[in-house]
Amino acid sequence: MSGGHAHALHFHGHSPIHRLPAAVKLVGLLAFVLAVVATPAGAVWAFSGYTVILMVLLVLSEVPARFFLTRLAIDLPFIAFALLLPFVGEGPRVELGPFAVSAAGLLGAWNLIAKATLSAGASVLLAATTEVPDILAGLSRLRVPAVLVAIASFMIRYLEVVAGEFRRTRIAMAARGYKPRSALDWKPVAVSAGALFIRSFERGERVYQAMLARGYDGNWRTGAHEPITRSQWLAGLLPGIVAATIMLASRLL
Amino acid sequence: MTQLSVSDLSFSYPDGTEVLKQVSLAISPGERVGLLGPNGAGKTTFVLHLNGILRASSGTISLGGMTLSDQTLREIRRRVGLVFQDPDDQLFMPTVFADVAFGPANFGFPPEQVEHRVKSALESVGEWHLADRAPHHLSGGERRKVAIATVLASDSELLVLDEPTSNLDPAGRRELVALLSLLPTTQLIVTHDLPFVFELCPRSIIMDGGRVVADGPTGELLSNRQLLAAHRLELPFGFDPTNIAPR
Repeated sequence: MSGGHAHALHFHGHSPIHRLPAAVKLVGLLAFVLAVVATPAGAVWAFSGYTVILMVLLVLSEVPARFFLTRLAIDLPFIAFALLLPFVGEGPRVELGPFAVSAAGLLGAWNLIAKATLSAGASVLLAATTEVPDILAGLSRLRVPAVLVAIASFMIRYLEVVAGEFRRTRIAMAARGYKPRSALDWKPVAVSAGALFIRSFERGERVYQAMLARGYDGNWRTGAHEPITRSQWLAGLLPGIVAATIMLASRLL
Repeated sequence: MTQLSVSDLSFSYPDGTEVLKQVSLAISPGERVGLLGPNGAGKTTFVLHLNGILRASSGTISLGGMTLSDQTLREIRRRVGLVFQDPDDQLFMPTVFADVAFGPANFGFPPEQVEHRVKSALESVGEWHLADRAPHHLSGGERRKVAIATVLASDSELLVLDEPTSNLDPAGRRELVALLSLLPTTQLIVTHDLPFVFELCPRSIIMDGGRVVADGPTGELLSNRQLLAAHRLELPFGFDPTNIAPR
């Protein structure tokens, strides 16, 4: 992990996309994803349009294609599932090489793969160009309730702490010869998960005390936000607007 | 003049276990005092009373003439800066900057002042360059120093540190000694690291079984083998306070 630039999905850079305010990018992402999922599966040309938008953004962001594609692998389980559809689908069959597959299933598979991949791609791009604290600040700026933002922020902050505790527990178990062979051997894992829960619960209590000690009174105070200019909004929403136009055209034509 | 005055403080858990028994002590402005005692002596429980996180069953606490009550709770919390034993408990925000800003923002400092305070607090512990980092990517020593900055940023008058040397490597420990010895704030250092207290605190208080059992110059207390042995405190092998000139 590079220096302080936190998470594995982030690619450190100073491209125009990196510099856009997180709130703008979040709204832009939402618009893009909504447009993608609202497009009829048959409008293949529309999906080509979205792909072009995404590729232009990727080039602008200076995120290497390799970095982008490896992160996009998160999409693979959906693709695997989608690939089953043509074989289990019902209705009229079409010839596909040596197989006769369901026409409806084939369209469903294409629909799922195209939409999931485009949406995941846009999300990966957001994550690659935006630091986690900025995403959280962006959410609070978009008036997401402060408590929800705080919960998300605690989750991110303590995920590694809890994962570290879990790792140490597992090492301690392995060090004393624990090696699960059958389902019956899973009892120690369940017990240690319980212990981990208690420990996390106690940590939560201590964190709350630390918050009280520094004047927390139930109101979550977020710092001042830098103003967002109209041109930043326009630049950030442009891909979403183009995508929405394509989507409308695909539904009307 | 006293800065912190605690008189007859008692506390029991709901199940009736008495943890603090009529604790009384006074600390003057600018003093650096060690609070020593074995595990389970009630040190951490005592510390959680100083800014009203736990409320005593009886007794009073006052800080600079202000008595702790529901009305003064907020102001007392600003004046008493508590640094918890585990920096992972203390540093809960996504970035160091946001974490140091948490206190001043809650205590109602205006936004432009908050920023200034964060900067000067982090500069005074020598870690301003960490402002944009995530707390879980810092070293133990860095976390400890940032944790101290989180309370300095609210202009605390009394700094209370719970086991500040735990999990520090020798160099981190030395840097901490250097930092604390330069801070002008009144300090109460809770620990069983006796050489650390000997180096930093001219005066120490020993607590055991929920009571104050000794209060005096650190050198004298640490030279009293019987006293230390009676309260499960031990000097490291080869450490002889009578041979070392205190600072």
